[in-house]
Amino acid sequence: MPESFQLIISLLDSTIRIATPLIFCAMAGIFSERSGIIDIGLEGKMLLSAFVAATATFLTGSPILGLFAAILASCGASFIHGFACITNRGDQVISGLAINILASGLTITLGIALFSRGGQTPPLASEQRFMPIEFPFLDEMSYVPVLGDLFVEVISGHNILVYLSVLAVFFTYYVIFKTRFGLRLRAVGEKPEAVDTAGISVIKLRYQSILIAGMLCGLAGAYLSIAHGAGFGREMSAGKGYIALAAMIFGKWNPIPTLFACLLFGFLEALGVRLEGVELMWIGEVPVQVMQALPYVLTVVLLAGFIGKARAPGAIGVPYSKEG
Amino acid sequence: MSDSNIIPKWLSVGLIPLMNLFLAFCVSGLFILFIGENPFRAISVMIKGAFYYPGAIGYTLYYTTNFIFTGLAVALAFHARLFNIGGEGQAYVGGLGVGLVCLVFDQHVVGFLVTILAILGSVIFGAIWGIIPGYLQAKRGSHIVITTIMFNFIAAALMVYLLVNVIIEPGQMSPETRDFASGVGLVQIHILAKYLGLDIAMSPLNLSFIVALTVSVGFWFLVWRTKFGYEARSLGHSETAAIYAGIKVSSTIIIVMAISGGLAGLVAINELLGVHNKLLLGFTAGYGFTGIAVALMGRNHPFGIFLASLLFGALYQGGTELDFEFSSITREMVLLIQGLIILFSGALAYMLNPLVERAYLKYYGNYSSA
Repeated sequence: MPESFQLIISLLDSTIRIATPLIFCAMAGIFSERSGIIDIGLEGKMLLSAFVAATATFLTGSPILGLFAAILASCGASFIHGFACITNRGDQVISGLAINILASGLTITLGIALFSRGGQTPPLASEQRFMPIEFPFLDEMSYVPVLGDLFVEVISGHNILVYLSVLAVFFTYYVIFKTRFGLRLRAVGEKPEAVDTAGISVIKLRYQSILIAGMLCGLAGAYLSIAHGAGFGREMSAGKGYIALAAMIFGKWNPIPTLFACLLFGFLEALGVRLEGVELMWIGEVPVQVMQALPYVLTVVLLAGFIGKARAPGAIGVPYSKEG
Repeated sequence: MSDSNIIPKWLSVGLIPLMNLFLAFCVSGLFILFIGENPFRAISVMIKGAFYYPGAIGYTLYYTTNFIFTGLAVALAFHARLFNIGGEGQAYVGGLGVGLVCLVFDQHVVGFLVTILAILGSVIFGAIWGIIPGYLQAKRGSHIVITTIMFNFIAAALMVYLLVNVIIEPGQMSPETRDFASGVGLVQIHILAKYLGLDIAMSPLNLSFIVALTVSVGFWFLVWRTKFGYEARSLGHSETAAIYAGIKVSSTIIIVMAISGGLAGLVAINELLGVHNKLLLGFTAGYGFTGIAVALMGRNHPFGIFLASLLFGALYQGGTELDFEFSSITREMVLLIQGLIILFSGALAYMLNPLVERAYLKYYGNYSSA
């Protein structure tokens, strides 16, 4: 295998690893925002569920239970978000922000109280995590040039949640564009009055949407602490929720383009790590911070309408009340 | 979001916010109980830490200073119904303004003048970081919440790059600039007091606090006593009405965001000119985000913001005391309390309104007039 090909293969491999939590969160964002609820709280929900996943797994020894606990915790946060901005018609941005700060304080406080490890959870053994799955026919495939390497190095050998994230994209696409629920969900994000007039509960639909978003964020959190990582570390979501938010906007609130935005942002991060300290022809050394800032810069440029126009759902951020 | 017009002002501006705050503290207390500690002991430790020990009040007021700046920044934008989440980034870039002015001039120009220029630098750099999202909102329709979030991250990346690669003190490992020359900076209050023959305990409280109070008065004047303030508030109430009244919407948005960013940038004078005496990584430490809580609690009025800043100053200073007194509660508890305050005073601000309205009407009013 030539060296440059090897490099591309390993870049793609880490792209997928980095993009997985982004994909879950961005799909969560699509569910929430398509129904008209801004979700700044992706970051907090992911952080909270990462903590709960690691804690529950450590206490029970079962990653499956950890995963369910994570989903439950994340849905709990979604419910608070809903109670604040659907039931009480509070400001959605403020509520999301509260969830992020709450998650940040709560995970560290509980972590220290439970484990006295400065906010970390104890490391998990490999049988307590979702470990990489090796596909069958690896040996046979490795003889096939190019495609074989892609199969062995990039497609195979990830944990179950990575494959679930791809499923999540198709699930999101199918539910939002091919089901009656999805049609109503999109309608409620554009013109809630119309949905209300048709005799469908705006409140119920929005709660359903953000609970699905909660589940997806729970998967993202579990990926961080009990699949990709082996335990929880303080602030381990490290802004990924915001990158996912950016990816969702970059994908214009559509699942498939958003998937590619997540992969692009994942690739940029993988590339940034790889390029650290490397002199490039003509350009010189690219600072790793440039790669870190690029997703945000690209999103700002897109939002400003310089590369196509990103249009948010019509009723986004507006609390619904029957009185109007 | 609108205040109720059924109940009198002292209820909606006085009692309900206090009840929300009380709820936030109750839930925080439940968490402390859950951890297995005594919430009342935690409160007494925090109050002692914030007000009782020598220098404690100075520390509390030093944190208060930061929160006044960021709180006013968020509040001004709120008046024009703009949600500026970018205070953190604006404060950070404001620090770049301070750092650059000091590094360029402090060897050649008298310290007093450099300090004045550095203060201007913090305001101008902070303003630039507010103007760009403001411009994008006004002219290109980009949602200000999203752009300011993105600009926080861009600021963080920019500052790390500059501090690690460009303006770091040569031969130094930690990413910070060299110390500013000795004549540069804002004098700390305990040193000032010594000149006046008073002996007060050492604390980082410095002249920035006076700047913060002055700016608060200026804020009140700007918002409620000038044409510009009127225009900004009209825009906040109704954009259509503002356009109809001939107010230039986009330039108002841009100017509001410029002033808002400039106010946030002033955090840098408290931190860098008043305390650290150099530019260093991560000096904003979340003050920009706390400013949102402060503005919400203070109901966007400078006096309310002062009180809310005092509360958060006390929480931050008292929170550091938790580390010493408890083995299982740390200062991060304050982050949890802050989150709950934002939830109850911000997102759930009007949850209690119907309850209070009903109680009020039952005792004071008759239903027919309501």
